[in-house]
Amino acid sequence: MMIPLKVEKRLAPSRTAGFLVPFISLLLALVFGGVILLVAGANPLTTYKAMFLGAFGSKYSLSETMVKAIPLMLCGLGVSIAFRMLFWNIGAEGQLAVGGIAAAGVALFWADGLPEALLLPTMFVASFVAGALWGLVPALLKAFIRVNEIITTLMMNYIAILWVEYLFYGPWKDPAGYGFPGTAQFPEAAWLPRLPGTRVHLGLTFGIVAAVFIWLVMGRTKWGYEIRVIGENPRAASYAGISLMRNIILVMILSGGLAGLAGMAEVSGISHRLQKGLTVGYGYTAIIVAWLGKLNPWGVLLVAILLAGLLVGGDQIQITMQLPAAVALILQGAILFFMLGGELFTRYRLRLEWMPAEQALSPPPIGGRGSEP
Amino acid sequence: MNKKLWTVLALVTVVAMVAVACGPKPTEAPAAPTEAPPAEKLKVAFVYVAPIGDLGWTWAHDQGRLMVEKELGDKVETAYIESVPEGPDAERVIRDYAQKGYDVIFTTSFGFMDPTITVAGEFPDKYFMHCSGYKTADNAATYFGRMYQPRYLSGLVAGKATKSNKIGYVAAFPIPEVVRGINAFTLGVREVNPEATVHVVWTNTWFDPVKEKEAAEALLDQGCDVIAQHQDTTEPQKAAKERGMVSIGYDSDMSQFVGDTVLTSPVWNWGVYYVEQVKAVLDGTWKTHQYWGGMKDGIVDLAPLSEKVPEDVRAMVEEAKQKILSGEWDVFTGPIKDQEGQVRVPEGSQMTDEEMLSMDWFVEGVVGSIPK
Repeated sequence: MMIPLKVEKRLAPSRTAGFLVPFISLLLALVFGGVILLVAGANPLTTYKAMFLGAFGSKYSLSETMVKAIPLMLCGLGVSIAFRMLFWNIGAEGQLAVGGIAAAGVALFWADGLPEALLLPTMFVASFVAGALWGLVPALLKAFIRVNEIITTLMMNYIAILWVEYLFYGPWKDPAGYGFPGTAQFPEAAWLPRLPGTRVHLGLTFGIVAAVFIWLVMGRTKWGYEIRVIGENPRAASYAGISLMRNIILVMILSGGLAGLAGMAEVSGISHRLQKGLTVGYGYTAIIVAWLGKLNPWGVLLVAILLAGLLVGGDQIQITMQLPAAVALILQGAILFFMLGGELFTRYRLRLEWMPAEQALSPPPIGGRGSEP
Repeated sequence: MNKKLWTVLALVTVVAMVAVACGPKPTEAPAAPTEAPPAEKLKVAFVYVAPIGDLGWTWAHDQGRLMVEKELGDKVETAYIESVPEGPDAERVIRDYAQKGYDVIFTTSFGFMDPTITVAGEFPDKYFMHCSGYKTADNAATYFGRMYQPRYLSGLVAGKATKSNKIGYVAAFPIPEVVRGINAFTLGVREVNPEATVHVVWTNTWFDPVKEKEAAEALLDQGCDVIAQHQDTTEPQKAAKERGMVSIGYDSDMSQFVGDTVLTSPVWNWGVYYVEQVKAVLDGTWKTHQYWGGMKDGIVDLAPLSEKVPEDVRAMVEEAKQKILSGEWDVFTGPIKDQEGQVRVPEGSQMTDEEMLSMDWFVEGVVGSIPK
């Protein structure tokens, strides 16, 4: 006898599920993590408390969580707008890297020629343009000769990361650094201002302004409408006379540019030089941020902060609880796994055979995804 | 309809939570801060770049931490954090330890230099020691060891062991520390076997077991029959063993993890330094410094030779070791030629510490290049 259980697609994404699923997923993840912690010999409640306090419990920990959230926000916003029109930009990491290179180049070599007040704006523009150009290559390849963007954006990451390493190991290496890798420190005029007493820098406002911008574009402009239509149904969009090429190119300029800004924020706000540790995976984590944030700009901001909190709080598993690093990684992995797995239940549902099938009250929508804002 | 599903899920959740709550009471971690005994102990923290299970670099540092526990366990308590990436995260972790009341903080990777100095500036009453860097402050010192000395000795062993006269060297980053090691090793190889060459592959990572192994395999494919390395794990040693070749380890005595195909390993004994410095803090005699100890200080050494190493080689290694220990001779004594055959260190002169610490050229016999 078969188990009388069926997985079936919801006719429309469930609103209730949309709210409940993340909470239940988190709860299940915590229960699962609790078992792991018990096996590792720690009290799960104490551990979760330490993690939470480590991420949000004090002004300092909150500020560090925000520091970590900034690149996730910018990359997450960039990735999400590309995903909205089904362009799978996996390349935020590389776009971040070239943004960092551009900002560092300006700070290192143009600082003398530019008035101090213009230095940061120039770095800002340079990093946006660099990220946009890096994103433009796969966009053009896709638009004109239909090259799969998942492959090209991913491959461009490796090129960008190796470029960063080449520069700070080679031609841009600090001459006063005893041969150690890393560029010279930027002049102070090239540092993004910080909130006093913390490492939170002006990059946070880049993220918030970018979110407002994307929200306005998507909801209030013709361009945003076109992106949404393409995302719902590319074929219908082209019948309606919407240019796929033009939109791929424009969206990737914005998407790559935002990730490029994340690179500037990292080098100019935090490290003040180009060195190892610029590309630590923010561009990849941003993909998770975009999905969990439902590709909605406010959702992305919120998830970026929560995910940053998870990463920052994860330190406490080692520092306070004195458990091995692997436990922190298992726990973080479990939480993400449950959250992403739970996503399924907003679009599908489990039905026991004795339950009645869902009735179609209204004609089903045409596109794959529902009518989210 | 949906409600039924939620009821089921909610039930599962509740049951699971009850199961967790009623489960075996966790044994409290012995080192949890709340358990600290009333007598104030000196709190010492170690920040590691890789997991202790790398069996190499970080493992060796943790052996040093354990030595501190063993020798001064009644006066200090230690803690560590593994797998801290070099970059913005390091500063947060180091500051967190300082804020949590740790008095002495050792940071054990080059990329932790700037964060260590920054945090040291904020906590003038705490002591910071950074491994392998060059920046110091009143409360922040640097430490490292003359690893080139045992590396030279291991080169003697490798030079005698190779039959194809091609030795592979899996190297992390083109920085002076690594370049110096390759050069010292090659000088040893060529001392006993002027025909042999040392082939260098850069992995651009300290810790990446897969990459380290692949690099070693590429060298073996090219005909190298001895594999040396400057990485954090035992993977290059395993790659050599799988092909029936021998190797020279690094960091820890890797023969204990891989077997007697590891002919010897230049090793770190960080505990010597850690115990000395923690004692100095306890006694109130600690001063900032740039420590660069050698074999005679015990911080670096050559692991016991494998049974595969013949008697005459043992005697030769021992003789060279004594010359280094007595200070009668050191590795970078002229004449030393670079890859182009140009004399860099003339006969009768020795490289200064500054020259050694900023070395950016290869000696004759190295096949490979340093990105400029």
